[in-house]
Amino acid sequence: MLTYTLRRLLLSIPTLLFIAFVIFMLLELAPGDPMASMPLTIPPEVKEKMREALGLGRPWYVRFPLWLNQFFIVEPQYWFDQTFGTNFANGAQRIISFQSRSPVFDTIAERMPQTLWVVGMSYVVGVLIALPIGIISAYKQYSVFDQAGTFVSMIGFSVPPFFSGVLLIVVFSVQLKWLPSIYDTTHVVTGWDSFVFQLRQMVMPVMVLALQTTAQVSRYMRASMLDNLGQDYVRTARAKGMSESVVVMKHVLRNSMLPVITVIALGIPAIFGGAIITEQIFKVNGLGQLLITALQGSDIPMVMTITFLLAVLIVMMNLIADVLYGILDPRIRYD
Amino acid sequence: MTDLTNVEMEVVEKPRSQWRDVWDQFKTHKGAVAGLSFLIFITLFAAVGPFLWDVDPGRLDIRNKDVRPIYMGLFDSSAKVSWANPMGTDNLGRDIMANIMQGGRISLAVGWTAMVLAVVLGTTIGVLAGYFKRLDGLLMRFTDLVLALPLLPLLLVMMLLFRDPLRAAFGPETGIFLLIVAGIGITSWMQTARIVRGDVMALKEREFVLAARSIGTPARRMITRHLLPNVLSPIMVSATLGLATAIITESALSFLGLGFPSDFPTWGKILFDSVDRMTSFPERVIWPGLAISLTVLAVNYIGDGLRDALDPRIRGH
Repeated sequence: MLTYTLRRLLLSIPTLLFIAFVIFMLLELAPGDPMASMPLTIPPEVKEKMREALGLGRPWYVRFPLWLNQFFIVEPQYWFDQTFGTNFANGAQRIISFQSRSPVFDTIAERMPQTLWVVGMSYVVGVLIALPIGIISAYKQYSVFDQAGTFVSMIGFSVPPFFSGVLLIVVFSVQLKWLPSIYDTTHVVTGWDSFVFQLRQMVMPVMVLALQTTAQVSRYMRASMLDNLGQDYVRTARAKGMSESVVVMKHVLRNSMLPVITVIALGIPAIFGGAIITEQIFKVNGLGQLLITALQGSDIPMVMTITFLLAVLIVMMNLIADVLYGILDPRIRYD
Repeated sequence: MTDLTNVEMEVVEKPRSQWRDVWDQFKTHKGAVAGLSFLIFITLFAAVGPFLWDVDPGRLDIRNKDVRPIYMGLFDSSAKVSWANPMGTDNLGRDIMANIMQGGRISLAVGWTAMVLAVVLGTTIGVLAGYFKRLDGLLMRFTDLVLALPLLPLLLVMMLLFRDPLRAAFGPETGIFLLIVAGIGITSWMQTARIVRGDVMALKEREFVLAARSIGTPARRMITRHLLPNVLSPIMVSATLGLATAIITESALSFLGLGFPSDFPTWGKILFDSVDRMTSFPERVIWPGLAISLTVLAVNYIGDGLRDALDPRIRGH
């Protein structure tokens, strides 16, 4: 198992390098110019100086290794220095945003908590709703509950977040005036009242993202339960006289969870993608919104870093899913 | 004479074709039939609608701006309604029904074209990887790499960076259309490729393929005559899923402000433009949103029904 994990970790390095290269070259080869939004009155020689100041003067085969160096060596050094008060970085050049002229990672660290709160919460809520739905749907296959569950998950697949979010705002903020339509990220929880306010503003973005998760996970849970419910060991357990709850909740559920856990791990990067849209609707100033503003401002270092971080997340989650599967299911032998 | 026709009637009874069976099974799936009817309805609404409802979607009529949909007159007698604009008008007086029709044309066209592109790409790569062992490792590595890319951000980057040059080269509408279709197509072929590869590899070991090879069938005819018809059903199912995702992705791009230009309606664009004023005019968000959601729901149900109908183990029960 350990050797497998190590081998996968080593294999993910060239994968990530390739992905970084693809993103870099896409930004590099694109005909768009990061200076396009500058006023036309700037003389060409000044413009050339500005390009050089942004680090655009040199060809890609110089800048790509430089970026890799900054991302993989300099930035961790700064992070280490900040945590332990050392001085490894020694004033090396960090990745600087074109727009704000501040280090990209500082901005990302500022935006991260909002996204993690909303996205993480919605994922937990979505999974917690999905599991019981999947279990009951499978146990009572073709019942009214199962049909309703199928329909709800079909809706979860079909209604895009930018419509379900807007619909929720129209119903709960505009018509009923129960919930705020804008997520206030400056809000600090100090007591009970502010905690309730925080809960109220989180309900809608969390539910919009959770609907997508629920739709997917409950389908997998149902299919996996159905696979297991028909197996011989279930009949044996029943024949031994075990109560129905023990059979379903212990024997079947534990076996059915195996593939579902990998699906849950694999779904995490996708939900970050969904957060891009949800943050735009509820005006959460998280990572997704940061990416959109960076895109609109041709802020190449910011776009590159956020996109690459998402790629790292995808590759790592794939790895974790595979390793988890091997740990949880003793029948699977990778070595 | 009558005897003869009777005999003929018995003898001539045609063997039931496979597609006839599939259709009979498909008809038993209520959701799929409802989905198909809705898809036909919305396609006709978008394709034929503009000929019947002869209003230019871009025509500004500032005097008749902010007209509410006709049913608002039932609840609120003072609401500004008019039969000339049954779904109401927007803040510049453009007729919403005409816009939804025009937007539907573009959204559906983008969805279908991008889906066809993705399916063709995925099938080609899947068949090549499954049939030719030499290509398998390379192509599947490549597929895995593309699957590890963060697709929505990359799509946004592509839209932003290639928008202006393509607009300059092909004109504002065709340029963006090509860009969106190509973007969605080349970011959504991977699932099809994986499924097709798996099926082709399984089929390759079957006796009929061995028989065909033994009479010297060349690879090209092997693929087109023997393999492709047999992987048609998984391709069709993934095509329906592809259509659904393509429509959603296009609207998502438009919603993020990176899709078609503003005077060029698509469902996602109309939704995006109406969000700012949804507190006073919620119906303007609901029409395009419903159009997107119901279309995608219909397509998903069709896919569900197709999957059952094309599975010979379920068919005939």
